[in-house]
Amino acid sequence: MSAFLDTIQSAAGNDGQQSALVSGLFSIFLIVTAIVYVAVILFLLWAVFRRRRGESREGALRSILVGWVGVTAMILAGLTIATWLYDRELAFAANTPALEIEITANQWWWDVRYADDEASDIFRTANELHLPVGVPAHITLRSNDVIHSFWVPNLAGKQDMIPGRENDISITPLREGVYRSQCAEFCGLQHARMALDVTVESRQAFAAWRAAQLRPAAAPPNRLAQLGQAIVTGRQCSSCHTVAGTSASGQVAPDLTHFASRRTIAAGTLMMNRANIAAWIADPQAPKPGNNMPKVTLNAEELRAVTAYLESLR
Amino acid sequence: MSAKMSPSDHLRDGPDFTGEPLHEALCKTWSREPGLWGWLSTTDHKEVGRRYIVTAFVFLILGGILALLIRAQLATPESGLIDPDRYNQIFTMHGTTMMFLFAVPVMDAMAVFLIPLMLGTRNIAFPRLNAFSYFVYLAGGILLWVAFVLNVGPDAGWFSYVPLAGPEFSPGKRVDVWAQMVTFTEIAALAVAVEITATILKQRAPGMTLARMPLFVWAMLVVSLMVIFSMPAVTLASGMLLSDRLVGTHFFNSFEYGDSLLWQHLFWFFGHPEVYIIFLPATGFVSEIVQTFSRRSIIGYSAVVLALVGTGLLAFGLWVHHMFATGLPRLGYAFYTAASMAVSIPAGIQIFCWIATIWDGRPRFQVPMLWVIGFIITFVIGGLTGVMLASVPLDLQLHDTFFVVAHFHYVLIGGAVFPLLGAITYWFPKFTGRLMSEGTGKLSFWLAFIGFQVAFFPMHFLGIMGMPRRVYTYQEGLGWDTLNLVSTIGAFAFALALVIFLGNALVSMRSGREADANPWGASGLEWAAASPPAPYNHAHIPAVDSRTPLWDHEEALPVMHGLRVEERELVVTTVIEAKPDLRDPSAEPTIWPFVSSLAVTAMFVSSIFTPWAVVVGAIPVAAALTAWFWPKDNKVTPEPVIE
Repeated sequence: MSAFLDTIQSAAGNDGQQSALVSGLFSIFLIVTAIVYVAVILFLLWAVFRRRRGESREGALRSILVGWVGVTAMILAGLTIATWLYDRELAFAANTPALEIEITANQWWWDVRYADDEASDIFRTANELHLPVGVPAHITLRSNDVIHSFWVPNLAGKQDMIPGRENDISITPLREGVYRSQCAEFCGLQHARMALDVTVESRQAFAAWRAAQLRPAAAPPNRLAQLGQAIVTGRQCSSCHTVAGTSASGQVAPDLTHFASRRTIAAGTLMMNRANIAAWIADPQAPKPGNNMPKVTLNAEELRAVTAYLESLR
Repeated sequence: MSAKMSPSDHLRDGPDFTGEPLHEALCKTWSREPGLWGWLSTTDHKEVGRRYIVTAFVFLILGGILALLIRAQLATPESGLIDPDRYNQIFTMHGTTMMFLFAVPVMDAMAVFLIPLMLGTRNIAFPRLNAFSYFVYLAGGILLWVAFVLNVGPDAGWFSYVPLAGPEFSPGKRVDVWAQMVTFTEIAALAVAVEITATILKQRAPGMTLARMPLFVWAMLVVSLMVIFSMPAVTLASGMLLSDRLVGTHFFNSFEYGDSLLWQHLFWFFGHPEVYIIFLPATGFVSEIVQTFSRRSIIGYSAVVLALVGTGLLAFGLWVHHMFATGLPRLGYAFYTAASMAVSIPAGIQIFCWIATIWDGRPRFQVPMLWVIGFIITFVIGGLTGVMLASVPLDLQLHDTFFVVAHFHYVLIGGAVFPLLGAITYWFPKFTGRLMSEGTGKLSFWLAFIGFQVAFFPMHFLGIMGMPRRVYTYQEGLGWDTLNLVSTIGAFAFALALVIFLGNALVSMRSGREADANPWGASGLEWAAASPPAPYNHAHIPAVDSRTPLWDHEEALPVMHGLRVEERELVVTTVIEAKPDLRDPSAEPTIWPFVSSLAVTAMFVSSIFTPWAVVVGAIPVAAALTAWFWPKDNKVTPEPVIE
């Protein structure tokens, strides 16, 4: 597919084993349907513009109709079988996962948990997904509230996340890069602002990232950040958010332990930088109205402190 | 096929009683009282059909304005034109209005007007139910739109997936309004479906066997049966939703052993047939227009009929293709893939037969035919993208993206609205007695055709590039900006074309060229009635011996005599052969359907606020229905009829 379509959030980017398979199937469909379309339009043009002679050719046209039905039936049967074969291929591609991840959707953010047999190797993050290139990952999908849909178009098709049910998807990324994913099932007011950043990186880089994620939050590097930590653990923040290694251990909002290492804030709403952190803390309802984070009244000094602390959570 | 008159005192039509005196006598019998009272109590299918059509087009305009607001918002990234809450109401209202208040009703409306004329009968079956259905439909539409204006418009999508639409995540009355509007339109659609089915099966002109029915009639027979089988699913679903929301049941609450996917099954068990409930009447229009403007009978009549029936059956085996991403078993999906693919076979048959008819005929490319050509070019694209979406792996990428938005607008606008606009142009003389302007008609066609492609073709690319549906905005830098802007420009051009079309209709209604009975040289019975038809439709009931009666009897159509003139009476014929069977009275005008619709409206609307309204509100409904069905003192002794 052309480079024009290949962006960081595109089904035409063949960046995963699954999406590449689907692209192959899509090419088959595109070619076959294009040929059918051209044939229909040529017939139509001929019918419209042909020079008329007297007699009717109804008998011949009826015979052609029989042939036409046969041809369409065969084409459709072929496409159906192609679908089944590719679907089988996709099912087999998922057989040997080497990485178990659980993602739980919430209005309107993603809770990401890297599972492991060792309890000490389990960690949580939010609104971001890191995957090692070439390693089949198996992702369990759940929802805490309404139906959402998990979809990283560059890597694979989508799966719904349905409350009370458990779905799963397998992804084998083939190419390193930063991809964007976005909720694909209408999930309420801020459906448009529910993105997930996906980083596909080398195994070494992934191992390093994983090791970093497993560490508790860094100690505040300076006085201002210390004040910020005191506010985060002492005020409302900690009743919803977790910062591992501190007393903040709320479970209903994104884990903030390595907040500043992410690409974006609030599920893709704002890019990660100091000004945006401050803007978000100052009034979370302005950039993403209706989200569950209340505005916590802070004075200018406190705002700078919280911003400095969050910025230090790498 | 002249009937032997049985001895009686009643005045009957016949060779001795025809022309102007008959016209006057029939008018006296079949006309309604003038004024508002008469307007509210009329049972004339043509009047009800006309007001149905006009109302549906008003909703098309309203839904179209919402579409333009959506496109204006999406023209640029991070646009602040519309806030998210309003946007979600707007796209929900757009879909709901177009599907429930425009597309399905407008096809019903065309059938209510046309079918009795095409069948050569004096009125639709159950004409009071027909009047009732219109008022109920209107009330449902008004409820939805008044709520929207008051900022209580539904905002959970036209599909209202639970749990988002359930009591926990959609508090307030917005979704209740949606669900109750569904109840209104379901009642209206079911009523019309029953009328149409009965009219088609029992009121065809003598001699019009099933195999001689016009293809639009066949399409409506299939569609009406589909409505009867599919609508109860959504009536049930919306009833369960209301009960979850208002009474505290847990049908869809997965934490109390309900199931949120149950909603999707019930909704799409209706929702997918609904697409064909909209599309098949349009194919009926196309068949009629192609036949008339190719000046030859349709090639492959039986194949088209089989295609209609086949589509009607297959339509009930496809609904799961809306749910490929929900994680149902793969083996089950394989079946729905095959069924979804298979439905293109009947569509392909119809397309072939139309093109073959044009090929073999002597086509005239007047405006209705242009809409048909535009329909074929556009609809086939939608059909082929539908084949792509039937494939599970492809659907998992394309589902809930703008690719799907493109697909179903190609199918619904290209496949249904284009033929509808052609049909309005074609039957305009029957509605108004005048022809629409040909020049303005061509302008509106070309602008609509080009505007449509510019608006919707780019959406295919947007979908592949990962743009999900139902987002109130998007970020810069994802490659979507230009395509969205182009799409918005196309949408406004398309809207302008529709304004020109409607302007043409309004102007032509008053000052268009006057039409005689059969201005296009068509072959169906509706063209034997005057333009516009007299209240009684045909002076004598036509007798039919072919599929193209007006072409086979250019001098004078054979007719049947012997219907009473001083009472509303029509001929009931047998189901298959259309042999004259009975003379049957047709209901007189009455105010009670209107009163009943008011009582039903009061009950439904207040039930949004308290479940007790169902109990209390049932009393006036029962009273109105009792008055409606109060037995008449029938002085007329039934007589055997006609051999």
